[in-house]
Amino acid sequence: MHNLYDNSIAGAAMIKLEKRPQPSQFWSLAAPIVAVMLTMIFGAALFAALGKPPIEALGKIFWEPLFGEFNFFYLPQLLIKGAPLVAIALGLSLGFKAGVWNIGAEGQYIIGALCGAGVALALYPMEARWLIFPAMLIAGAFGGFAWAMIPGLLRVKFGTNEILVSLMLVYVAEQLLASMALGLMKNPDGFGFPGSRNLSQYSSASSWIDQSNGMHWGVVIALIGVIFAYTLFAKHILGFQIKLAGQAPRAAAFSGVSPARLVLFCLGTSGALAGLAGLTEVAGPAGLVSIDFNVGYGFTAIIVAFLGRLHPVGILFAGALMALTYIGGDVAQSSLGLPGAAIQVFQGMLLFFLLGVDVLTNYRVSMKQGSVA
Amino acid sequence: MLRRTLLASAAATTMLGGVVMADGHGPTKLGFVFVGPVGDGGWTYEHNQARLAVEAEFGDAVETVFVESVPEGPDAVRVMTQMALEGADLIFTTSFGYMDQTIEVAANFPDVRFEHATGYKQADNVSVYSARFYEGRAVQGHIAGHITESNIVGYIASFPIPEVIRGINAAYIHAREVNPDVEFKIIWAYTWFDPAKEAEAAAVLIEQGADVILQHTDSTAPQAAAAAANDAGGRIYTFGQASDMPEFGPLPRVSSIIDDWAPYYIARTQAVMDDTWESMSTWDGIGAGMVGIGDISDAIPAEVKASAEAMVTRLAAGEYHAFTGPINKQDGSVWLTEGETASDYGDDSLAGMSFYVEGLTAEIPQ
Repeated sequence: MHNLYDNSIAGAAMIKLEKRPQPSQFWSLAAPIVAVMLTMIFGAALFAALGKPPIEALGKIFWEPLFGEFNFFYLPQLLIKGAPLVAIALGLSLGFKAGVWNIGAEGQYIIGALCGAGVALALYPMEARWLIFPAMLIAGAFGGFAWAMIPGLLRVKFGTNEILVSLMLVYVAEQLLASMALGLMKNPDGFGFPGSRNLSQYSSASSWIDQSNGMHWGVVIALIGVIFAYTLFAKHILGFQIKLAGQAPRAAAFSGVSPARLVLFCLGTSGALAGLAGLTEVAGPAGLVSIDFNVGYGFTAIIVAFLGRLHPVGILFAGALMALTYIGGDVAQSSLGLPGAAIQVFQGMLLFFLLGVDVLTNYRVSMKQGSVA
Repeated sequence: MLRRTLLASAAATTMLGGVVMADGHGPTKLGFVFVGPVGDGGWTYEHNQARLAVEAEFGDAVETVFVESVPEGPDAVRVMTQMALEGADLIFTTSFGYMDQTIEVAANFPDVRFEHATGYKQADNVSVYSARFYEGRAVQGHIAGHITESNIVGYIASFPIPEVIRGINAAYIHAREVNPDVEFKIIWAYTWFDPAKEAEAAAVLIEQGADVILQHTDSTAPQAAAAAANDAGGRIYTFGQASDMPEFGPLPRVSSIIDDWAPYYIARTQAVMDDTWESMSTWDGIGAGMVGIGDISDAIPAEVKASAEAMVTRLAAGEYHAFTGPINKQDGSVWLTEGETASDYGDDSLAGMSFYVEGLTAEIPQ
């Protein structure tokens, strides 16, 4: 078998991938940068093929929101768009490092939002921010945590696959969301239309700190999360155990790491963070529980986590970059008439190239004169 | 507050630009916020056709921009604000879910005019407009009641909001009128545009015995699913939704409801140019041309086609209202007495309709 494999590689092409003994430090850092550059090059080619000025399109996407005439408006929007991505991706990165695959952050995000909004709507119109908002935060975090515990406990007790269970629970959460927006949480003053009361206009429940600058509690939570996760991996034994469990599960088990505890910790933390992101979104930028409240942050955060190399600071930058492509993408659409699908392809390229270039982190490319098979 | 001031100053810049335009040096700028892709073949497609009609009408005097597939949340706020900042004079927000966002952005840009489709919240610079699609649904129901052989009509619904519920009621009332045994099976897709989901819903309905499929979603996927079933020896009828979808005629597509926004968009653009624009609420039907009934194909019996066309004429002339009593609510209580027609606004009105009529067996999802 081994021989056959060697021959086929050598015979097919002269390029050979050799596994590195250690992942390359250089490529680990360079891969995202190379991926972004490749995306820009191929994106520009795509835009040119569509008959749009490529350099100008890239400028609209990457330059305009940051330094353009209206950046006073776009910069706060970066915070709004980036905060949930960063918060969710941070949680996911814990699990991804440990080999625990929470694909259902979107569902945990929804349930967190519903639990937090539920608290506020139940207490409406009481004016007691000191009580209501903290209670919403707790409920939001708990909601996401509890929803993530379903795949967590099922995996620990019955060995089910958390990828499938967490993903399927997204659809359950979406149905619950629709039910709440149409029934229990429907605005009684809304003429029968679906959707709850507007929480961002309810002073005891609003997650806005300074709306003009895009500051809301979700941004604060994302930033605290970065510091927390950084400390966890840099200083804390638990952070080491998480990494060990991902890289060498048997070694981790021998050194006394309880796999069950680790699974529950990773899923629970990512669920709670996703729940908090959902709650701060529903009580701020989104404002109300509506049927289509969720717009895919939970899935996009998976890309953000990998783009950020599962590193807290990396995730911060990756979240900002992803947010930039969304905001700049809309600018390019409206000012250059680029089709929406082209922007989505552009974002997809980013992940595609990252995964492609990432091969170099773990493999070395060598050109060899292959022996004739 | 900071944002308000900044935006106000940006709006002032826009106004200065507006002065220049009044001198004839610059075009009137229109922004369109779309919920789906312009290539959906249905709802957004027609709004985009109307945008193109405005361009054709005014030529260089207008400049239009649009953004597709904008989610109905904070993203919509950003897109609208961006259009306003970039100097739009009039912004069309073309989905119900943009309602609160339109009001929010409009408050920040008092000098920009907004037109929100299918909503109910107005402001000094926000108009609302919608079409009486239910008139078209009445015609569909009439045809469906006649041509169904299984007596099962499938209905792919999007969201349980009044507009969609009105459509189901209007179709059902007129199907039952000509066929007392007809039964409606309703699937809620919870999306306006998702070809995969819509195709699946159509397949499920066909499996459950439906031979007529009505849709309140925006893609042509249900048409394609029905066409495939017909290729396999079935006989399924469909109706084009929002757009004519003629490529699926004469079978399965036997007729359609066409949204024609072009006259309205042109009129509103003209009003901005003449500086006569005012906030108003428009709700037009077949008569005003906002709702069109696509060509009824010869795949259905000639007498059904004739009676359907007669109904279109009566609806257009205002001789017949699609909701004329006696009609009871699903729970058996009286909604409209003999000869009474439904009112647009107020209690139990069309605008906020949240109940089924008697005879429908499904429940509105809660």
